[in-house]
Amino acid sequence: MIQVKELKKNFGDLEVLKGINTTFERGKTNLIIGQSGSGKTVFMKCLVGLLEPDQGGVHYDNLNFTRMKGLERNIIRQKMGMLFQGSALFDSLNVEENVMFPLEMFNKDMSRKEKLERAHFCLDRVNILDANHLFPAEISGGMKKRVAIARAIANSPDYLFCDEPNSGLDPTTAIVIDQLISEITKEFQMTTVINTHDMNSVMEIGDHVVFLYKGNLCWEGSSEEILTTGNKQVEDFVYASELMRKLK
Amino acid sequence: MQLFYHIGKYLDLLVQILKRPQNAKIYRQKIILEMDNLGLESLGIVAIISVFMGAVVTIQTAFNTDHPLLPTYAVGFATRQSIILEFSPTIISLILAGKVGSRIASEIGTMRVTEQIDALEVMGINSPGYLILPKIIASMIVNPMLVVISIFLGVFGGWMASALTGVIPLSHYMYGILFEFSQYDIFYALFKTVVFAFLIASISGYFGFNTRGGALEVGHSSTKAVVFSSIYIIIFNLILTQILLV
Repeated sequence: MIQVKELKKNFGDLEVLKGINTTFERGKTNLIIGQSGSGKTVFMKCLVGLLEPDQGGVHYDNLNFTRMKGLERNIIRQKMGMLFQGSALFDSLNVEENVMFPLEMFNKDMSRKEKLERAHFCLDRVNILDANHLFPAEISGGMKKRVAIARAIANSPDYLFCDEPNSGLDPTTAIVIDQLISEITKEFQMTTVINTHDMNSVMEIGDHVVFLYKGNLCWEGSSEEILTTGNKQVEDFVYASELMRKLK
Repeated sequence: MQLFYHIGKYLDLLVQILKRPQNAKIYRQKIILEMDNLGLESLGIVAIISVFMGAVVTIQTAFNTDHPLLPTYAVGFATRQSIILEFSPTIISLILAGKVGSRIASEIGTMRVTEQIDALEVMGINSPGYLILPKIIASMIVNPMLVVISIFLGVFGGWMASALTGVIPLSHYMYGILFEFSQYDIFYALFKTVVFAFLIASISGYFGFNTRGGALEVGHSSTKAVVFSSIYIIIFNLILTQILLV
């Protein structure tokens, strides 16, 4: 479980996050949605510690991550997996080596064979085992996302973060990636937080949805509730497209 | 003020680089890999430049010291001293600042803008240590080797020039090469090279690591890495020469 308490972040005079409070529960896919510039990426970066909040904190299973330093923080980070918008695979390593990388760095007790087996299990889980000897430059965007998911789950994380997992993907592949993340979340009982502005994702896999508007948590609830909130900002976002308005 | 800001940030990065590695085995493997990437791949350019520069130094010295009071073996002596004291450690380091420095800055800069460094940090890995330390150590090991090769090839280039052009007899050239040889000169050359290797890898790593933006900024970082590495090599060359030779 991840608890966010009174999280504030400014860049100079610009208030990007204005005191966010929410809880992301284990075994659920938690979605952060909102328009561009609403503070989603900054929020995600504060959650994983890539940015330091100015006030408030992030608690991982009741441990205050924001106040931790160095080694203590790294112990929590080793329980995190993250899928980046551009996949962020290491160019110099092939698919198999990318997935093995966190295992190589942190599992000194595991034999090479065990690490290889774990990497193959993760690659098989995302249906991309055949590409294990290819380099990131040789595979498609959708395949890169799958490899990035395999790398993120290699170390059996407790927390999975996904920054715009569908960006740059066609609708069919996007749904496959969404469902994969959702299945893995349930299967491994992780706390998953996804940053997206894709309404298809919200409707497909959103167990808990957080809507940000100009740095404030404007609304939160389930994917069923989001269609009938009565909240103007949420409705403007949800029914932004002509198709959604007609469906409404 | 900008200068002090960058020096402060650079020193802060060095402190992070020198923190204890998470997995020493992985770091050792990376050092070997970087020795290949940064050192062996530079061998060709170092060899070509050294042979031709040795030849040019010999011919120019021969023409400029054509005086009855100066012995002809002085050409070999001057060539050797120029190559050991200045050409091989400093000029080769400047060339490596261009070749290796731009490679380090663009590699790390690209990793920054494609979120690969963020991925390392989220995993709990000391990213400056993992990315820059192996490059610094590899450069400090392999650059002196390149400089030793450069010294031999520079002297060989001078020998070839003497043989092909006949500016001085070969026996006189070889006598000059061996004349009053001091081992301290080699120590001086290698010491300077190690310092320059540290500067090249750490300054280039600094500019790469602090890249923000996209492809354009990676190019800017690469250029800055070469410019600042070269400037600091020149400055430290003066300081070390003053300390070690005077």
